[in-house]
Order: sequence, then structure tokens, then C-alpha cells
Amino acid sequence: TAIGAMDKEYVGFAALPNQLHRKSVKKGFDFTLMVAGESGLGKSTLINSLFLTNLYEDRQIPEASARLTQTLTIERRGVEIEEGGIKVKLTVVDTPGFGDSVDCSDCWLPVVRFIEEQFEQYLRDESGLNRKNIQDSRVHCCLYFISPFGRGLRPLDVAFLRAVHEKVNIIPVIGKADALMPKETQALKQKIREQLKEEEINIYQFPECDSDEDEDFKRQDAEMKESIPFAVVGSCEVVRDGGPRPVRGRHYSWGTVEVENPHHCDFLNLRRMLVQTHLQDLKEVTHDLLYEGYRARCLQSLARPGARDRASRSKLSRQSATEIPLPMLPLADTEKLIREKDEELRRMQEMLEKMQAQMQLSQAQGEQSDAL
Amino acid sequence: MSKDVQARRNAQTGRRRDTETPEHASGHRDARWSTLRRAHTCTPRTGLPETRTDAAMSELVPEPRPKPAVPMKPIGINPNLLGYIGIDTIIEQMRKKTMKTGFDFNIMVVGQSGLGKSTLVNTLFKSQVSRKASSWNREEKIPKTVEIKAIGHVIEEGGVKMKLTVIDTPGFGDQINNENCWEPIEKYINEQYEKFLKEEVNIARKKRIPDTRVHCCLYFISPTGHSLRPLDLEFMKHLSKVVNIIPVIAKADTMTLEEKSEFKQRVRKELEVNGIEFYPQKEFDEDLEDKTENDKIRQESMPFAVVGSDKEYQVNGKRVLGRKTPWGIIEVENLNHCEFALLRDFVIRTHLQDLKEVTHNIHYETYRAKRLNDNGGLPPGEGLLGTVLPPVPATPCPTAE
Repeated sequence: TAIGAMDKEYVGFAALPNQLHRKSVKKGFDFTLMVAGESGLGKSTLINSLFLTNLYEDRQIPEASARLTQTLTIERRGVEIEEGGIKVKLTVVDTPGFGDSVDCSDCWLPVVRFIEEQFEQYLRDESGLNRKNIQDSRVHCCLYFISPFGRGLRPLDVAFLRAVHEKVNIIPVIGKADALMPKETQALKQKIREQLKEEEINIYQFPECDSDEDEDFKRQDAEMKESIPFAVVGSCEVVRDGGPRPVRGRHYSWGTVEVENPHHCDFLNLRRMLVQTHLQDLKEVTHDLLYEGYRARCLQSLARPGARDRASRSKLSRQSATEIPLPMLPLADTEKLIREKDEELRRMQEMLEKMQAQMQLSQAQGEQSDAL
Repeated sequence: MSKDVQARRNAQTGRRRDTETPEHASGHRDARWSTLRRAHTCTPRTGLPETRTDAAMSELVPEPRPKPAVPMKPIGINPNLLGYIGIDTIIEQMRKKTMKTGFDFNIMVVGQSGLGKSTLVNTLFKSQVSRKASSWNREEKIPKTVEIKAIGHVIEEGGVKMKLTVIDTPGFGDQINNENCWEPIEKYINEQYEKFLKEEVNIARKKRIPDTRVHCCLYFISPTGHSLRPLDLEFMKHLSKVVNIIPVIAKADTMTLEEKSEFKQRVRKELEVNGIEFYPQKEFDEDLEDKTENDKIRQESMPFAVVGSDKEYQVNGKRVLGRKTPWGIIEVENLNHCEFALLRDFVIRTHLQDLKEVTHNIHYETYRAKRLNDNGGLPPGEGLLGTVLPPVPATPCPTAE
């Protein structure tokens, strides 16, 4: 039989992706998405549109006089979405009050602290004894909403992005993009891209296409990259404007904006990129790059209490961590645990080296005896 | 109210304020009102004129020669004496005077950058009176503090000259910390009052004191759809007692009809709750007629949700000012699309003179009273003698100014 023939010729690990797939399907995904930006830019509507949910049903919008003394709060809303047998546990982190007050100095600090707290929690869990059920509450992606009414990034936008760009994947988005004519959208996107470069803000970089992908995919990918920041319009209302089928959109006296029409806005691009193609990559970058960077900074600052130099974006291997000399200051529990773990690793390394040396010795002896 | 001002106001609105029998008044007024309305129908424009001298707009001008619809019955004279005296030609005389001297109007625009202030002012006066900072090529940095930029233009229409000054306030509300960013604006407004006061208390006064006082302040509200922002409240609280504030909702093409009306309701309520009186202020309504007209504007139309544009497109065979998007063309002067036409009529065609009057009679007088009180009842700059010493003449013979 064919299967029998395959057995003889192939080892059989070609089925590995399927196994992985089945395992992850069983486990399910969790994804934490943060939305940030001034109030009134359509953040909640967009989230509801993207994930076809109604997360903000019971929201109360405070009046301006109440917001005079409001400080920034962090709110988390979770929803479980299932599609095609795959379960996604989506957590949306909201930042109401951002950019609202007359004096917004340092209003981004609570957000930065929140992101770092999630990293810290993960670090603690990872270094702990029971690592089976680590809950990953780290923020995997931050959709930052830029106002379409301004002329690019405002000073507050720049300050926020600079504070978080090394800690979370940033995807800049222009909210309420139906305020702009096509030329204005292009000009605004251009201006924002220039400003991001000028201020040296690192946004999430899409990975390059594999060279063996087909032309269509490559073209789509290039198109998607060109349209950053995404100019989006959100809507949860269905409009019947006499077309072939009802569409989600916003109805004005002069026409209807269709949310899923690529000529009207970049909603489809954002959805494809965020949900369909790069969900996993966002998680990986968060884990491999951003979290590792945090971890390295954390450990380095312990090792050299005076010198707080920022680690480079390169991934520090576990091995190099053992070379850091022991810290002098009294430590909290987490740090102690980390230190113990590193000690253990170092001891294991030494043992390994000893064993290797012994093996080599016995090999050499064996050769000698052979030769004799 | 001075006669001059009164007459100018009558010329503007065609309404009479002097003593006359009501039925004649209304009859005459209707006749005049209807001529005004006819002149208002929009004629298709061939294009934005480069200069203002050959503007073809006839909308602003009331009919050149008002003919009395009915011969006026003079009051208090023997009713058997019928005949036409010709008192009503005073209107025409004042009109001629106004045309010769022209009048000035100072409008200030306040709001975050990018809300379309300059575009709106240009659209209102159908000329490039405000230089837009929105060209993407230029490196326009947001100023660190609020700057006050006043640019003057002379616009002429139907023989009437208007010296228009647009006062821009770049930098307002754009910083991270916007505390007290309204202070430079308040200072500027008070400085203009001070300037006028100084001229007024001079012994030898100029025939026409140059009026640089801010007659109208358009405050641009960002169309968030939620409510006013704390900064909006703070600004309007501080400045509504000093200048006429007209709040407008900028870039209103981002809201659907329902969103617009909800937002307007919420804004009106918030302003009321916080005791902010925007123009037209309730307390300054002079008579029932004013009150009903202004009530309607205050409770239904304001704040006006506007869209501005300086580009023209072809719609149904006409050239209209608008914004072209993939899903339709937004016509600036179409009342179904936005309320620009209402704002324009309100500020220019019906309440221009009233704005000036309220500024002069109320805001300026308040400032003046305060200054005099602070100075112990004396005009500013006066010493113990109670007289302003004239400047020492350069030549031995004092020349009369």
C-alpha cells in the first residue's frame, strides 16, 4: 500500500505541524490587545467592529466637568470568541481618560506601569516552581489612535509612543478616517510616517514575505505595509443602501461609508493583518523581543545597581545570564528566585562541562588503548 | 445707543427702531425683508475671485433704493394732512454714509490645530483672508505658547467696504499641558479694550476711533461625538464674560444626523449646566422679537455644525464648494449636509451689527467700569489734577490736533 511505502522511505515528522496545530487548537489562544488614544476617536466602535462583539454596552461616558479631575484608569474587558473550532480568549485593555485633561503631563505613566507589571508577573511565573499553567497577560499589541483632525502626531502622541515603543508592539491607526478626503489621508499618513522616523519611534514591523510565496500574496503584503498607519472607520450598524447586500457602514446625507470597502478605508487591511495573518507573530515578538528585553534590563539593573543602561534589542541567551555577578543589595523574593535559578543553571553548566571533559578523556584513553 | 450705530443697524437689518405705528412698521419691514431674501438666493459662482474688488456677490446687499410700500402716515400731526415727508430717506442717507466710510469687523478663531479654522474663515468671507498652516510641505512647527496673529483685509462688496481682521491663535490646546493657555487670548482682548479706552479719554479725540476690539470669537469644538472637553469648558467659562463667543462644531462631516443632534444637545446642556452664556446672550435680548428669534437659534441651531472648503466640484450641473470623498460629495452650502449656511447668515447677514453693538455696549463698558473703579473713578492715566496733561508741544505754538 501507499502508506506502507511511505513508512519505509520517510521518517514521518512531516506530520509535525498537524500535531502542533491540534495541540494549540485544544489549548486555545489568548491575546491581549490594548487600545490607546484620545477619547472620541472611535476606539470602542472599532474594537466592536473588528471582533463583532459588543464589549462596551454598559459604558458611561462622563461629562466634561467630571473629566476635569479624572486620572487615567486602565480597564480590562475579556471576551471568548470561537471560530472554526478555534477558541480565542481576547482581552481588550482600555485607557479611558488618556489625553482628556487640560494638563496631560505624564498621563502615560500608568499605561507604562501596567505593561511592565504584566511583564513582571510573567517573569515571576516563569521563574516559579509550578510553570504548567502560566497565564499570559502580557500586552501583545497596542493600537494607538491618531486624530484625523490634527496635522500628524501631536506632542502628546509623541510622548506616549516614545514611552511605550520598546515595551509593546505598536500599530498606529488613524481613527474616524471618514473625516478625510483621499488626498488628505495620503498626506496625513506620509506626515505621520515622517514624524515616526524623525522621533525614532519603533512601531511593529511586519515580517518579510518568504521568497516562495506567490506573487499575489507578496503584492497584498506590500500593499498592507504601504498603508500604515491604517486609516479606519468602524461601525456596528448595518446599512441597506440599495446595493446587492446590506453592508456595515455609516449613513450620511451625501453617501454611505462602507467599513469593509477597501476604497473607503483600511479596515479590511487592519483586520487581515491583526487577526488573520499576524496574530501569532505579534505574540512571538512580544515574547522573544520585548519581554526578553524587559527581562534583560531587569536583571542587568539588579546586577549593576548603579548602571542602568538600556539593553539592545538583541536577544540575550539564557547562558549569558549566568555570567552576571551576584548583586550586592538585599533582594526581594523575585530577584532571589531568579538568582537561585541562575545559580542552578551555572552549576548544571559546570557539571555538563565536567562530564564532557570526562567523556573526552575516556575517548582519548580508548583511542590510546585501541592504538596499542 | 448712538445715532450712528442705530442707523447702521437699521440699514443692516431693515428693521426700524424709531417711533412709528406698528402696522406700518410691520408692513414696511416685510417689504424690506422680502427684498433682502430675494437677493439671498445663491447665484452659481464662476470661481473664487483673485481679488475682492470684482466680487459678483449680490447677496449681502439690500435693495439699493427702498421704495416705501405705502405712504407713511406721520404720527402726532393732523391726520387730515396726507402727504409724503420723506423721513424714511434717512435710511438711504445712512447707507450712503456707511458705504463711504465702510466699517470694520474683527473676528477671532480659537481651537486646536487642524480643526479647519482658517478654511472656515476663508469660506465665510469667500476670500483667502486666513493663511492656512495646513500645507503639508511646509515645516510648520506647533508654537510652544499660544500666539496671537492678527491679519487685516479690506473686502468690498456692492460698494460697501469692510475692513476685516482675522485674529488667529495658533498653539491653543496643542501642548501636553494646556493649563491657562487661554490667558494670552484674554490678555489680547483686554488690551484692545484698553487701547479703545485710552483713545476715548483723550481730550482731543479722533473722529473715528480705530476699533480693534474683538467683536466675535468663533470657538471650534472637536467633533468627538461624546461631549465637550475639559479645555473647552475652561476656555468658555473664562472668556464668555469678556467677548462674544460663538461655539461651532468643526469638521462636522464625521457625524451622522443622529450623532450630530445628540452631540449638539449634550453640548448645549453642558454649557447651560456650567453657566456659560454664548452669543446671543439671553440677557441682552432687547425685545420680544429679538427674544423669539434668538431663542430659536440658541435652542435649536447652536452650536452650528460646520464644514469648510475652498475647493469646488461639479454637482448637478452647478459648481459648489465641497469635499469630495469616495462615497459622495459634501456640499458646504447645502443645508442637508451641514450648517455652514446658517452660520454665515447668522454672523454676516443678520447679526454682524449686533455683535459689534454688544461688544461696544456691554463687554467694553464692563471693562471700562472695572478700570474706572480700580482707578478710583478716574479715567486711566489720570493724575491727582483730574486732567490728562497734553504732551508737551514740540514748537512754541501749540497746534490743535
